[in-house]
Amino acid sequence: MSGPADVLAIACLLAGALLCLTAGLGLVRFPDVLTRMHAGTKPQVLGVLLVMVGGAIRLNGWSATWMLLLVAVFQLLTAPVSAHMISRVAYRRRHVRRDLLLVDELGDGSHQDTVYRGDEPGDAPPEHPPRSVPGG
Amino acid sequence: MSVEPAATRLRHQVPLVIWLVLVWILLWGTWSWANVISGLLVALAVLVFLPLPHVVGGVRVRPVPLLVFFGHFAADLLVSAAQVAWIAVRPGGVRQAAIVRVQLRTDSDLILTMVAEATSLVPGSLVLDLDREERLITVHLLHVDDEAAVAREKEDVLRTETRLVRAIGSAADLAALEAAA
Amino acid sequence: MIVVGYVLYTLIGGGALLALARLALGPSLLDRVVATDTLLVIISAGLAVYAALERDPTVVPVLVVVSLLAFVGTVSIARYVGGMLVRARTPDGRDLGLPVAAEEREGGS
Repeated sequence: MSGPADVLAIACLLAGALLCLTAGLGLVRFPDVLTRMHAGTKPQVLGVLLVMVGGAIRLNGWSATWMLLLVAVFQLLTAPVSAHMISRVAYRRRHVRRDLLLVDELGDGSHQDTVYRGDEPGDAPPEHPPRSVPGG
Repeated sequence: MSVEPAATRLRHQVPLVIWLVLVWILLWGTWSWANVISGLLVALAVLVFLPLPHVVGGVRVRPVPLLVFFGHFAADLLVSAAQVAWIAVRPGGVRQAAIVRVQLRTDSDLILTMVAEATSLVPGSLVLDLDREERLITVHLLHVDDEAAVAREKEDVLRTETRLVRAIGSAADLAALEAAA
Repeated sequence: MIVVGYVLYTLIGGGALLALARLALGPSLLDRVVATDTLLVIISAGLAVYAALERDPTVVPVLVVVSLLAFVGTVSIARYVGGMLVRARTPDGRDLGLPVAAEEREGGS
């Protein structure tokens, strides 16, 4: 039951679970959407990989191993795409705490911050007229 | 869409077919000829009914630099995941973040995509925007204490690009890298 | 072994609860999307931990589905929110801001 393979598997599972917990912690503690993206998607990529490795070691039979490998590959391929899409929208809707930014080379210093209130994009008009959106 | 010789089209699509068949077999979990044949049929149906513009062009895989790239990538992943986890746990929380732009040097769709993916996957940095024309990549950084850290992170993105070009870049990409250096 | 199981489920359950807290708190739609994404990935990690501890491969296909669902859901919501941004711009690139709320449109005109 407790061969070296099992010990390795348990270590991987523990590390992965710990990373999942820190992802949750970061989600609650970080100040804005972009930093929460870091917390949500990042320790997770490694966390899920570790959990999958642990599972692959513990499960016998190649069928399950291949499927776990596939899940890991899908995670690696899709996580950056979804993170990019969310963060781009978040930046353009200015869900960014600018007071916490050390450098902002996208905004070029001339920010005229607009404050949006409410949840939905259509909830309330912005407080200031927004400047043109950077990029396309 | 421009008409191209059947041979080049085939050359571009063979890797895609192999990848799709591989995914199909992995999904079923067992190797059998029935799976291979049905996978081939599904892959061909996907390629015929949902055609994609191909990005793979002028790629030359060099095994040793590719291993170097993956090694650095795995190390980055471990170190930065620990950093982000520590930032989430430590009493102070997030102190400062930064948004920086980095001028990349290569002009290949595939390499730009992979640089963006690798940068996004490594914790602590998040790609906000990728300007294809200007080859500018905009990155949000979580862990920066001072200007030196910002410069270091920018260097990291460029170094990832260098490693990637050495691993899979064409001769033209390598030349672009040399010219910029 | 049983102790390890408890520790693992506690860690993952804690992560899931914190993600749920962010889902409830908001404050914006995008925060909730990020929280949902994280929650789904934590759930898939939990399923994998269950499969590993019990040596039970029956939940593995569910993992594939959950991980793909998380991606599709996130991307579609991001496109939905992003589409509102795009539609708020005129053809010559002038930014009109975001659409006016429905109540306001009815009240004003």
